[in-house]
Amino acid sequence: MLSGWLQIALTLLIVGAIAPFLGRYMARAFQGPDWLPERWLYRQIRHRTDEPMTGGQYLRAVLASNLAIGLVGLGAFWLQDRLPLNPTGLGAPNWDLAVHTIASFLTNTDQQHYSGETAITYGSQVGILGYLLFFSAATGLAVGIAFIRGLSGQPLGNFYRDLTRSITRVLLPLSLPIALLLLLNGVPETLAGPAIASTLEGATQAIARGPVAHFEAIKQLGENGGGFFAINSAHPFENPNNFTNSLEIVAMLAIPTSLIFTYGEISQNRRQAWWLFGLVGSIFLGLVALSAIAEWQGNPTLAPGPNLEGKEQRFGWAQTALWAVTTTATMCGAVNGMHDSLMPGSGLATLLGLFLQMVWGGQGTGTAYLYVFLILTVFLTGLMVGRTPEFLGRKIEKREIILASAILLVHPVFVLIPGAIALAFPEQLAGISNPGFHGVSQVIYEYASAAANNGSGFEGLGDGTLWWNLSATVSMLAGRYLPIAALLLLADGMAQKQPAPATSGTLRTDTFLFTTVTGVTILILGLLTFFPVLALGPIAEGFALR
Amino acid sequence: MDFLREMGRSLRLSAALWLLTAVIYPVILLLAGAALPFQANGSLLTTDQGQVLGSALIGQPFTSDRYFWPRPSAIAYSTDPQVAKTGISGASNLAPSNPALAERIATEKQRLQQTGTQPTGDLLYSSGSGLDPHISPASAIAQLDRVTRARQLAPDQLRSLIDQATDRPFLNLFGEPGVNVLKLNLALDRLNR
Amino acid sequence: MNNLAKKMRRTPGGPRSQRRHTPKVSHQGLYGRAVQQAFWKLDPRQAVHNPVMFVVWLGTVVTLLLTIAPDLFGSLADPNARTVNGAIALILLATVWFANLAEAIAEGRGKAQADALRATKADTIARRLLPDGSEEAVAASRLQRGDRVRVSAGDMIPADGEVLAGVASVDESAITGESAPVLKEPGSDTASSVTGGTRIVSDELTIRVTADPGQGFIDRMIALVEGAERRKTPNEIALTVLLAVLTQVFLLAIATLPPVAAYVQSPASIAILIALLVALIPTTIGGLLSAIGIAGMDRVAQFNVIATSGRAVEACGDINTLLLDKTGTITLGNRLAEQFIPVGGHPIDTVARVAWAASWFDQTPEGKSIVRLAEKLSDRPHPTPEGATGLDFSARTRMSGTDLPDGTEFRKGAVDAIKGFARSRGGSIPADLDAAFEQVSRLGGTPLAVCENDQIYGVIYLKDMIKPGIRERFDQLRRMGIRTVMLTGDNRITAEVIAREAGVDDFIAEATPEDKIAAIQREQAQGKLVAMTGDGTNDAPALAQANVGVAMNSGTQAAKEAANMVDLDSDPTKLIDIVTIGKQLLMTRGALTTFSIANDVAKYFAIIPALFASIGLGPLNVMGLTSPNSAVLSALIYNALIIPALVPLALRGVAFRPLSADRLLQRNILVYGLGGTIAPFIAIKAIDLAIGPLVG
Repeated sequence: MLSGWLQIALTLLIVGAIAPFLGRYMARAFQGPDWLPERWLYRQIRHRTDEPMTGGQYLRAVLASNLAIGLVGLGAFWLQDRLPLNPTGLGAPNWDLAVHTIASFLTNTDQQHYSGETAITYGSQVGILGYLLFFSAATGLAVGIAFIRGLSGQPLGNFYRDLTRSITRVLLPLSLPIALLLLLNGVPETLAGPAIASTLEGATQAIARGPVAHFEAIKQLGENGGGFFAINSAHPFENPNNFTNSLEIVAMLAIPTSLIFTYGEISQNRRQAWWLFGLVGSIFLGLVALSAIAEWQGNPTLAPGPNLEGKEQRFGWAQTALWAVTTTATMCGAVNGMHDSLMPGSGLATLLGLFLQMVWGGQGTGTAYLYVFLILTVFLTGLMVGRTPEFLGRKIEKREIILASAILLVHPVFVLIPGAIALAFPEQLAGISNPGFHGVSQVIYEYASAAANNGSGFEGLGDGTLWWNLSATVSMLAGRYLPIAALLLLADGMAQKQPAPATSGTLRTDTFLFTTVTGVTILILGLLTFFPVLALGPIAEGFALR
Repeated sequence: MDFLREMGRSLRLSAALWLLTAVIYPVILLLAGAALPFQANGSLLTTDQGQVLGSALIGQPFTSDRYFWPRPSAIAYSTDPQVAKTGISGASNLAPSNPALAERIATEKQRLQQTGTQPTGDLLYSSGSGLDPHISPASAIAQLDRVTRARQLAPDQLRSLIDQATDRPFLNLFGEPGVNVLKLNLALDRLNR
Repeated sequence: MNNLAKKMRRTPGGPRSQRRHTPKVSHQGLYGRAVQQAFWKLDPRQAVHNPVMFVVWLGTVVTLLLTIAPDLFGSLADPNARTVNGAIALILLATVWFANLAEAIAEGRGKAQADALRATKADTIARRLLPDGSEEAVAASRLQRGDRVRVSAGDMIPADGEVLAGVASVDESAITGESAPVLKEPGSDTASSVTGGTRIVSDELTIRVTADPGQGFIDRMIALVEGAERRKTPNEIALTVLLAVLTQVFLLAIATLPPVAAYVQSPASIAILIALLVALIPTTIGGLLSAIGIAGMDRVAQFNVIATSGRAVEACGDINTLLLDKTGTITLGNRLAEQFIPVGGHPIDTVARVAWAASWFDQTPEGKSIVRLAEKLSDRPHPTPEGATGLDFSARTRMSGTDLPDGTEFRKGAVDAIKGFARSRGGSIPADLDAAFEQVSRLGGTPLAVCENDQIYGVIYLKDMIKPGIRERFDQLRRMGIRTVMLTGDNRITAEVIAREAGVDDFIAEATPEDKIAAIQREQAQGKLVAMTGDGTNDAPALAQANVGVAMNSGTQAAKEAANMVDLDSDPTKLIDIVTIGKQLLMTRGALTTFSIANDVAKYFAIIPALFASIGLGPLNVMGLTSPNSAVLSALIYNALIIPALVPLALRGVAFRPLSADRLLQRNILVYGLGGTIAPFIAIKAIDLAIGPLVG
């Protein structure tokens, strides 16, 4: 028990120690001058990347590039059986699975309605999905940086430059050492097909492998989460030991935690960054504790000790609970244990991570959601002190509230509505594998994971169907691009406002009180929306198990 | 029109970024892999004749009393002849509230008890990957009697083998200790066939 | 000395209690009318304007249908369904009605206020002057801007206007409550504007009407407090958007619940789902929002201030910088001559004689006090010589005086102005003049030099009295984060002394009208919102430039038109009260919204376990409510009753204390956030204890 808590605490300490430095590095990386090779790149696209874009231009660039890459990726995926690097002779995917998969990797969701070993060729893993891992993470990071700039009153910047720098200065330089460390610890990197072994008892065992190490590094670091293998980071080849496990957890947390400090640097508001880090950290710790206690208690009616169903022996309850909450909080979506088999308390904790979307949150966008909640809190508390609410000296007015509210609405619309439809036709649509309240959790989790661009799942769900592929695609696309549009327009509007100087009548946002109020607002707004389904899902299941 | 031009522009940029992330980056890793062939190829264990026995990182099914048994696997450790071509991974995905899980665990418990093995948690619950190479030290000890009987070895001898096959937590703190069943059983076989 | 004169005529702001002297507002029959009004507002065409309450309205209709036909959406097991649905429908109806009542009461009070204002402008017959000089009788309400009218003693002034000819005293007590009649005459900055509804008590005036019918200040205020022209302020719109979105979020959360409930074999009754929805959406703030706005304008009117828009009142809450004229605001209007200080070796009685001569024509209290002091020092009479002419003070020359027919020129004025004058006449500057100047300045007094032709004789020490209590008010403003800047024509040293004594944050000495605009622009360039008070015509551009300009009713028409507010009492410190009202408006909205959302926690814990009691959510019933039906009804009754319970708060506004924003937030979060979370737990439990035995 004690060692379990200790390892959780230590992992988080490491993250806390890295984040301020990486945050500062990213601020410099995105705000500094171009490198020579980058300049060469910009010349190739004949585009003035030193000209800042307006919110609308930035958004257009995001949408155009995502659409272009998505279409090319879709076409190539369709033809995967005719492209090189296909040692197991896999065929082309169904059209609906192809659409879902490309949308999923393009939106940084990486929800997988297939098994990597049996559906995706090495060529597709490396050439298509491998690029989308970088591209989608870089898109999110660019939007996050643009949002931070706007909030701080600076021009939003240039999408192509931010996209390029995300890859050349953050994602690639960090992926490379991580991948090498993974390789060193036994994560394969080979183009050879599966190894066929004859076991000691004489059975024939097919051991899937492939170019995994490089894929695994960016999958974790970029908050993607789409595993090379079906079983993701529970697979010994994706995550062979506890060093790699800790490394992968830290990689998941590295960028979203650091972005809070990047904000502190760019907006020159380091104090607030620390407060926010503390706030999100506290919520995160609360969720980890909720999950860890549930897993540690296990299900005494079934077997003694902690719940180990769907968990790997080497990770145990503590590392699996920590990972489960981390992956849902950061919108990574990689798993090192099966979420469907988690205790209801963990189901609740992981679902809350998906609903709140800002407990670290996704690459770039998570930090932005945090500020959206902050803006809503500023609005309420600002009124309460008798001033037109302002954030960093910029007034929060109708436009800001409309855009922030739009973001607030996207999630319920694209989780609850399709969830209700699926549950209305459990036989025809839902494909629920675990009966009762857990079935509700399975369905809601799938859409929450899609809309939050997380990608993990209660994988017992029979999700390889036309309905699931298409409805989840809608949730993923809406959950990605609608908030991005609102965020960019919000940031653009804020950037153009004249800031007012702070006086003692101005509500300070870098205080313990305000931070606490923000935390409570986040929990109340997040919880109130989803309390009914949570009550009928994990909460009812929890009571039923007692 | 502007939108189309924008798409073209991003495709040109992506071509360069693709080269960087989907060609150069994996090639660097493949080259590194060439320098670390054991890890890069899946930590394969081979017989002296070069026959692949399995992977040091991947579990194997064992049912004989002469071997330590691994954790239950939903996919029979990828040994189903149907899937032999690609290899698979997978879990039961049964919820704790699912009666099917209770049923399966009850059956498993019965099976273990029939062989005189005290059922431990990790021997009842199936693993996440279906390829888990480890069992807990407690589960190994629980099977000690059965294997000693079948192999006619001294328990202390086995204890030291178990100890040698145990992967410790990272820094003795992160994660749980795990006894690598394949390595343990290989060591057993080396001791007496 | 027009500028000085006008400042002197201001009366210092009296104690607050005396300042509320709007004509008596009658609240008789207000509540009876409001009760009726609340029913009329159930009309769907009106109800639809408030999205939150309209959802409740729709819920009422559906539950009513379910009362008549309980199995409209499929039959349910509960045999009491009809009774429960009926009770829910009734409570929902009450909820809508209570919200309507709150609005009706606020409107009723506004209307009463408006009636009181309107009483001040009983429709009179005006005498309009035609171009040929003849007169015609015309109803005051039909006067157009630009019309000229004649009024004589005993007449009611028919409209706002500007005096073109005549001198008369006017009783303005109807709007200001000040009983002493005020002198009105053409051409002067201060005395040339008249307000409709005031009465002329002597003589006769010719007035040019400056407002179209219905566009006078009082008309605008009437429209504003009656709510007829109440346009939502930007802030209110933003809040309405947020409330609408919250409503949609809950609508989604509840509307998607039936299939989920059905899947877990616990189908939910539609009526109870509607009850849950209504309990969750922010009905408390939704029901009280318009009442808060109307009541805010009402309070402004009670302070005898006419605001041209609700936006201006709210902007007051955001003010960063307050520009105030020294005289009349910070100091008592009347500066009195305290001492003559001779320079250049002249005897003191000579100084007194010259000062006296320079003030022969000065009718300002300052001038008169100089004459009084001179009389005290010298027993010889100084009759005004034949043919002497007076020279008025002007902001440009900064001096005044007397010219004799023999060419002798007596002057008094700002020391450097007099220096310049003496030099221009070939004189020299006494060595000890600067010392005298500094001596007076250091005392916080205004030094005026006096001269006869090229000879400077001495310095008059005009003593300035800082208003009692002004320091505390500035301290309050500082705690609220508002910076005060004093504007004065005084020299730097004097200004500094007064500024320090009064406790203002900054001052601008020797300020010209251009300096005022520049000061405002400088502040605004830093993103600050600036308020200023003013009354002179030359203040008009600055009033227009300021984010909030408050014109004194005693001020000129031009100033009033440039301002967003007119203070009928002409009390410049009242801006502080308006700032408070503006802040209260926002605070009340914020506090009630927070309260509303915080309430939801308890309501969830009441209704969700009741709704799904059959599937083991019983442990969530932390309040231990009697039965599912009692739980739902208790939460709904609480939800309905909290609206009338908070009406007084909505009308009065959340108490404002001049604290820093952080302290204020701490206080309000504790009261409305934490209180809003805990209160419903207690109240719902209490209601359940009361109705539990009945409902069973």
